[in-house]
Amino acid sequence: VAMAAPLVLHLLLALLLGSGGRSGAEPERDSLREELVLTPLPSGDVSATFQFRTRWDSELQLEGVSHYRLFPKVLGQLISKYSVQELHLSLTQGFWRTRFWGQPFLQAPAGAELWVWFQDSVVDVDKSWKELSNILSGIFCASLNFIDSTNTVTPTASFKPLGLANGTNHHFLRYAVLPREVVCTENLTPWKKLLPCSSKAGLSVLLKAERLFHTSYHSQAVHIRPVCRDAHCVSVSWELRQTLTVVFDAFTTGQGKKDWSLFRMFSRTITEACPLASQSHIYVDISRNSQENETLEVSPPPTSTYQAVVLGDRRTYAVYDLLNPATFSGSRSLNLQLRWKQFQDIGYIHYQPAQDRLRPHLLEMLIQLPANSVTKVSIQFERALLKWTEYTPDPNHGFYVSPSVLSALVPNLVGAKPANWEESPLFSTMFPVSDSSSYFVRLYTEPLLVNLPTPDFSMPYNVICLTCTVVAVCYGSFYNLLTRTFHLEEPKRSRLVRWLANIIRRIRGVPPV
Amino acid sequence: MGLLLDSHRRRALARLLLRLNTPLCVVSYVAGVVWFLALAFSPLTQNTYISENAMGSTMVEEQFEGGEHALSYARDFIAQRRKTGNLPVAWLERTMRSVGLEVYSQSFSRTLPFPDETHERYMVSGTNVYGILRAPRAASTESLVLIVPSSPGTLNAQAVGLLLSLAAYFRSQIYWAKDIIFLVTEHDLLGTEAWLEAYHDVNITGMQSSALRGRAGAIQAAVALELNSDVVTSLDVAVEGLNGQLPNLDLLNLFHAFCQKEALLCTLQGKLQHSDWASLGGSLHGLQTLMLMVLRQASGRPHGPHGLFLRYHVEAITLRGINSFRQYKYDMTAVGKTLEGMFRKLNNLLERLHQSYFFYLLPSLSRFVSIGLYMPAIGFLLFIPGLKALELWVKLNKVDFSPEEQLGPLQLVGQDVRGVALTPLVAPVLISQATGLALYLLPVMGQHVAAQHFPVAEAEAVVLTLLAIYVAGLALPHSTHRVVSSTPRGPDSGWMALKLLALLYLALQLGCISLFNFSLGFLLAVTMVPAAALTQPSGPRLLYAVLLVLVSPGATLLGSLFLWRELQEAPLTLAEGWQLFLGALAQGVLDHHLYGALLFPLLSLGLYPCWLLFWNVLFWK
Repeated sequence: VAMAAPLVLHLLLALLLGSGGRSGAEPERDSLREELVLTPLPSGDVSATFQFRTRWDSELQLEGVSHYRLFPKVLGQLISKYSVQELHLSLTQGFWRTRFWGQPFLQAPAGAELWVWFQDSVVDVDKSWKELSNILSGIFCASLNFIDSTNTVTPTASFKPLGLANGTNHHFLRYAVLPREVVCTENLTPWKKLLPCSSKAGLSVLLKAERLFHTSYHSQAVHIRPVCRDAHCVSVSWELRQTLTVVFDAFTTGQGKKDWSLFRMFSRTITEACPLASQSHIYVDISRNSQENETLEVSPPPTSTYQAVVLGDRRTYAVYDLLNPATFSGSRSLNLQLRWKQFQDIGYIHYQPAQDRLRPHLLEMLIQLPANSVTKVSIQFERALLKWTEYTPDPNHGFYVSPSVLSALVPNLVGAKPANWEESPLFSTMFPVSDSSSYFVRLYTEPLLVNLPTPDFSMPYNVICLTCTVVAVCYGSFYNLLTRTFHLEEPKRSRLVRWLANIIRRIRGVPPV
Repeated sequence: MGLLLDSHRRRALARLLLRLNTPLCVVSYVAGVVWFLALAFSPLTQNTYISENAMGSTMVEEQFEGGEHALSYARDFIAQRRKTGNLPVAWLERTMRSVGLEVYSQSFSRTLPFPDETHERYMVSGTNVYGILRAPRAASTESLVLIVPSSPGTLNAQAVGLLLSLAAYFRSQIYWAKDIIFLVTEHDLLGTEAWLEAYHDVNITGMQSSALRGRAGAIQAAVALELNSDVVTSLDVAVEGLNGQLPNLDLLNLFHAFCQKEALLCTLQGKLQHSDWASLGGSLHGLQTLMLMVLRQASGRPHGPHGLFLRYHVEAITLRGINSFRQYKYDMTAVGKTLEGMFRKLNNLLERLHQSYFFYLLPSLSRFVSIGLYMPAIGFLLFIPGLKALELWVKLNKVDFSPEEQLGPLQLVGQDVRGVALTPLVAPVLISQATGLALYLLPVMGQHVAAQHFPVAEAEAVVLTLLAIYVAGLALPHSTHRVVSSTPRGPDSGWMALKLLALLYLALQLGCISLFNFSLGFLLAVTMVPAAALTQPSGPRLLYAVLLVLVSPGATLLGSLFLWRELQEAPLTLAEGWQLFLGALAQGVLDHHLYGALLFPLLSLGLYPCWLLFWNVLFWK
C-alpha cells in the first residue's frame, strides 16, 4: 500500500496536467451520425445494415491527445501508438449470396478479415502489425492473435486506401483472413461498447444479440480512416465507421411470408434517437422490383423519400428522421412495418509464391470480362503431408483456404449526378468513386475446405514400435546374409595345444605337425 | 536369422523344408479355409459400436410427419413423368424452389463403349436436378447429400416424394450447420457419376456434362435412397462400393442405431439378423450373410449410387425399401424419421467420419469382423506359393546336397545344374502377357468388325470375342522353349524355373489385391493356389489340366454366380447360369469403361497371364 500511494499521486498529476494543457486550445469538434438501411432482398429475405460514423476533427496521430468524447479512446490510442493510417476489421459469420441477395453495401469474407495501412513513418511494419493484431484480438475478443506471417499477405493492387493517403506504397499494407473465426455474442459486446450511446438509446437499441444471431448472415466491421475536414481539404479528420449487416431468413422466421416489422426482426422498437447523434436516419428501400409486380407498403408513412443511384441502379428510399419529433408523433415508439402487396484480356498478373510455413500464395489478376460470359480461374495444387506437429487437433475436418476477392468498377446503368460527399447518406459514401459513371463492387467467394492426407494418429506409437523391432531383429542378419560370402574352414588349434600335441607325438615317435 | 549364417544348419534347414513341404502346404491351406469359415463365429466377431463422439447420444426426438405429403408428391411425380416421358425436370425444379431450396440442374450425355443389354441403353443423355438447402450462418464449406436415382426401369417415385417432403421439413428447421444437397439423378449410376465428376471438376471416364452452377463445399457424407412402394416391410442397406471399397463403419452403425430406435426391420444382403446369435444356427446364418458380402465385394461393382461417392472419400450408403409379404408395414413417416435422425446426427459431425473401421466384413448388421482378424486367412493361403517357390529354388540350386544323400523323388534333378536359366522363360512370359493384353483390348476395339462379319449384335460380339480369346490362350504354342534353349541344362530345370516365376507372380498379385479388396483376393487365392501348387508336367496330367481349367478366373466367376444364387436361396439351372455369366462378362467390361472398375483389367492383364504360365508348365514336355 505504501508503494502504491505515490504512484497514484503521479498518475493524478499527469491527468491534471494533460487536461490543463489542452483546455487552452480550440475545442475539438466531433460528431456522430447513425443510420439503418433496411433492404428487402430479391430472394424475399431482408437485410439490415447499421452504420455508426463518428467523425473527429483532431490530429489523432500526434501523441498527447487525451481527451476523448465520442471517439472511443481505446481505438484512438491504438492509432497514435502504431501510426495506423487506415484500419479495416470485419468479423463475419455466414456467406453473402450475391446471386440471390444482390449486391451488398458492405462486403466481407466469412470469418475475420483485417487489413491495415500503416503510415510511412513506421519502421518495422511486421512488428507493428503483429502487436496491433494482438491488441485488436483483446479488444474484440477474437482470435486475431493467430495472424502471423503464414497467413499475412501484402497485396499490390487490390486493397488501396479508402481514405486520404499521401502515397500508396504497398509495403505499408498488411492483409490477413482467418476463415475459421466464429463470430458470436462475445465479439458483439465489445463492438457495441465502442458506440457513444452503447446500446442504451438510438438505433443501437435494436442490437439485441439473441435476435442478431438468429439470422442467416451476420457481419460486423470497424473501419477507421482519415478524411478531409472540409471542402478545401487542408486538415484531416478521423472517421470511425462501425457497421453491422444482418440478413433475416424469410422462411424460418416468417413462416414463408415476406411481411416484416422492426419488432419481428429485432424484438425491439425504437423510442428515441441517440441524444449524442447529430443525425439519425432509417432508410427503407421501397424501389419497385422490376422482376415482380409487387409493391412494398411501409407504415407509418415516411417523413420524406430519397432517390439515389446505388450500386448501378436507381433506388428509392423511405427516410425516417429520428431527430424529427414528427416521427414519434403517432405513437411513443417507432415500429416500422413492411408489407407486400469468352476471351479475357489479362492486363496484370502478380504472383507471389508461397514459402512453406512462412507465407501463403498470392495471385492477383486484372481481367476485363466480356458481358454474359463465364470465367473460370483454376489453380492446380498437390496434397502433401504436413509435419506431424502441424496438424490441428481435428485434422479430418480439413484445412481452410481463404476466400478469394473480386474487386471491380462496374459501370452504372443510369446516369447519376455527383452528390455532395458530406451530405449524402453514409451507405453510399463508403467507397470513394472518381466519377459517377461507375460504382465499386467487391465480391468474396466461399472459403474452401481442403482435405489433406491425414495419418491415423492412433498409429504412430504402434508404427514406431514395429519399425524398431523389425530393424533391430532383421536388419543386421539380412545385411550379413546379403553381403558376406561363406566358405568352410577347418577349425585352427591354438599354439599351446599344438605344442602339447607335438610333445606327445615326439614321445610316440611320430613326426610332429 | 542366425540359422542361415551357418552353412551346416542352412543345409539341414533346406532338407527339412523339402521333406515337410507337402504336409506344411496342406496344413496351411486347411488352416486358411477354416480360419475364414470361423470368421462368422463368436470369438472372431465383435459387436458394432459408434466410435464417433459427435454422433453419440443426442436426446432429440424426430418430428418428421410428412409421410402423406411424400406420397402426394410421389403421385404428382408419376403423373408428370408419364406426361413428359422422361424425368420431369421443370416440375422438380418448381417443386424444389417452392419448398425453399436453391435449385440447379445439370445435363449430361455419354455414349457407352457398346450397347448395354441389361439396361437397354447405348447413347444416354439425361438431366440431374438438385436443390441446395443453405445452412444459415455457415459459409457453405461442408455439405451432406441425399440422393435418389430415378431411371425408366426403376422410377423410385416414392423416394423422390420422400426427398421433397424431407426437404420441405428440413428447410423449416434452423439447426443445420452443413448445407444439404437433395439430388435426383437420371439413368441411375451414370447420372451419379456425371454429377460427382462435375462437382469435383474432374473428368475420369469421358462423360460429357454441363458444369455445376451451385456448389456447397466438401461433401461429408451421402445417403442414397431407393423406394418403389407406398409402404415398406423392411429397409435393406448396401455398403459395397466401387472396387470393393467400403464406407466407414460408423455410417452403418448410425443407420443400425436408428433402425433400432424407430423399431424398423433392417436387413443386410437381404438377410434378417438371426435372433439368437450365440447358437449354431445363428452363426451359420451369419456365415451365409458374410459369404454373400464377400461375393458382392469381390465383384468390385458399385451396389447402388453410394458406391461412386466412396472414390471421392465421401462416406455413403444406399438404403432400399423392400415390400415383401410380411404383415407389418411401415409408412413413409417412419422411413422419413429414420433419415431425419441420420441427417441430424451427421449434421453434428466436426470432422469427416474417420474414427471407425474402413475395412471390415459383416456377418450381420450388429456384428463385424475387423481387418486384423480376417487377414490371417489369406496369410495362410499365400504361405503356400511361398513354400513351393522355396522348394523349387532349393531344388534348382541342388549343388548344396552331397551326392550320397537319398532324397527320394528329388533325385530327378540333374547334378550338374547350377542357377536358373532365364532365356527359355522369355517366350512363354511374353506370349502370356500378350494374350492378356489382347483379352483386354480386342473385345471392345473389334466389336464393329465382329458385328459386320458375324450375325451378332455388338454386345454379343464383345462377350463372344472375350470368350474366344480366353479359350484361344489355352491353345497357344507351349513348346517355344525347345527352340530357344539351345543348351540343355537337365530335363526339369526349365519348367521348374517357369513355375517358380509363376508362383512368385501369383503370390505378389494376390497379396496386393487382398490389401485393397480382401474378398477378391481370398476368392482367387482359395481357388488358384492349390491348383497352382500341384501343377507339374508329370504325374496325372489330365487331372491337373481339368483342375487348372476349373480354377481359371473365368470359371471362378461362373462358380461364384452359382454360389451367389445358392446362398440367396434361389438356385440357378445350368442354362440360366450360363446366361447370367455372359451378362456378367459384359457388365464387367462396361463397369470398367463407365466407372473405372478395376476387376476386368486386373483379371485380363494380371491373373489370366499368370494362370497361362501354369498352363505352360503343365504342357512343358
